[in-house]
Amino acid sequence: MRAPDPVPLPPEPALAVHGLSVAYGGTTVLRDVSWEVRPGTLAAVIGPNGAGKSTFLKAVLGLIPRLSGEVRLFGRPLAEARRRVAYLPQRASVDWDFPLTALQVAAQGRYPHVGWFRPLPRHERDRALAALAEVGLADLADRRIGALSGGQQQRVFLARALALEAELMLMDEPFAGVDAASEAAILAVLRRLARDGRTVIAVHHDLATAPATFSEVLLLNGRVIAAGPMATTFTAEALAETYGAPIPLAAAA
Amino acid sequence: MTTFLQLDFVPLAAATLACLACGLIGNLLLLTRQSLLGDAISHAVLPGLVLGFWVSGSRAPLPMVAGAVIAAVLASGAIDLVRRTARLETGAAMGVVFSAMFALGLVLIELTGAASVDLDIDCVLAGQLETLIWPAAEDLQSLFDPRALASLPPELWTLLVVFAIVLGVLALLWKELRLVAFDPDFAATIGFAPRTLGLLVLLLTALATVAAFWAVGTILVIAALVAPAAVARLLTDRYGVQFALSAAAAVAMGAGGYGASVLLPPHFGLGGLNAAGTIAVTAGGLVAAAAILAPSRSAARVSA
Repeated sequence: MRAPDPVPLPPEPALAVHGLSVAYGGTTVLRDVSWEVRPGTLAAVIGPNGAGKSTFLKAVLGLIPRLSGEVRLFGRPLAEARRRVAYLPQRASVDWDFPLTALQVAAQGRYPHVGWFRPLPRHERDRALAALAEVGLADLADRRIGALSGGQQQRVFLARALALEAELMLMDEPFAGVDAASEAAILAVLRRLARDGRTVIAVHHDLATAPATFSEVLLLNGRVIAAGPMATTFTAEALAETYGAPIPLAAAA
Repeated sequence: MTTFLQLDFVPLAAATLACLACGLIGNLLLLTRQSLLGDAISHAVLPGLVLGFWVSGSRAPLPMVAGAVIAAVLASGAIDLVRRTARLETGAAMGVVFSAMFALGLVLIELTGAASVDLDIDCVLAGQLETLIWPAAEDLQSLFDPRALASLPPELWTLLVVFAIVLGVLALLWKELRLVAFDPDFAATIGFAPRTLGLLVLLLTALATVAAFWAVGTILVIAALVAPAAVARLLTDRYGVQFALSAAAAVAMGAGGYGASVLLPPHFGLGGLNAAGTIAVTAGGLVAAAAILAPSRSAARVSA
């Protein structure tokens, strides 16, 4: 006797967060955050300074402990989904004076494939070069990172994240302090990722560019103010509540 | 040649190895802006050293190294605790912990009677390179004579083993240590444990510090930890070159500094110079020379 065909399940969300709370030294930074992001989405996390946007990404990645709540990536706990997730840290979080070249940083994205104790094989180095080429930095591969512009440094970080070949990318302000050329290059990569069905969740601070760049949004200020499709969620009322002051959207756009 | 082998060969080799072991690990401290931690560790290991000495009743390396490593781990834990509970900045927390532990070590030297044997405060402060003699040496053949080699001071073997360990760990974990030094958060997200590797660097620092303890004394270990890496940093922006240059600077500092202590005094009508002093002065000279040789870089750094 044949078992009945299973009812096809809806695809697991790329990220599912339920009741996430985070505290730093007795101060609650995030309270009861719940949010789901479907695969293939470009999603923005938006809120004022100190709203807990970076904290949210770090808590999802297990870089800081959660007070409570559950995080699932593709329906699995973080430990089982690590290889499917890429993190692009805030540019200011590292020392760009460190003696490394652009290629050496991009190649760090291949380390999970190389494993411990082994030097980087030639073909992995080539893949890191390809990632640099995708962000338009092939010519600067051997340039020391301290000699790159802010936008180029941001693109090196993006290349490193691309080199991980992850399905979900968590980016902390990928557009912060970049010039027009870098912004265009980063934007092109994000669009390509979305076309390929990958998911990008980015902390974003530029309200003017957010609606054209992202399709989903999480408005955050210590708690979830609103979450959902950009078109219906990114409203003047919701922004005013997020920032605690009316935001002249028309002027910003 | 016999006189050189008996009196100067071992101190020269010991000074060089001490500077190499500390200098190489010092790169990781300098690049992560943690050089002060090296200073703290080099002082904080003293009570562990003294207790190891007291327990074994001799200068056998293992108990002292074990004591020092335990002290180093306790110190780094205490620094973290003080920083968090007292809400002090890291530098202040380090200052409190390492001076207290160093003082505890000095007290222990008196209490345990170590001073009456051959661990006294002078030796702790300035090292005792000059006492590392090799009376069994007769000529160059002695370097290949197992019986003569067996009578080499044990400190030299300790230094050799520690240097080999530092070199081995750096080679084996080359890309891992570089990754964690540059971006620990990213390293954590791809499963390259930054805490474990950070602890490993701390242990290596403690190990190198203890080994160098005999050569240059606790106070001047900081010169061996910082100067070679600082010289290299002034001259290059390549990670691999940084380590190679620091090794060269460490040899120049250790061998050159010891040589100066032997060769200079007769020219000035002096009886002798403390080798730890000349080594540290040589280190300072090397840093100054590197700064002068690389004016564009250091200027760029200041303005950046």
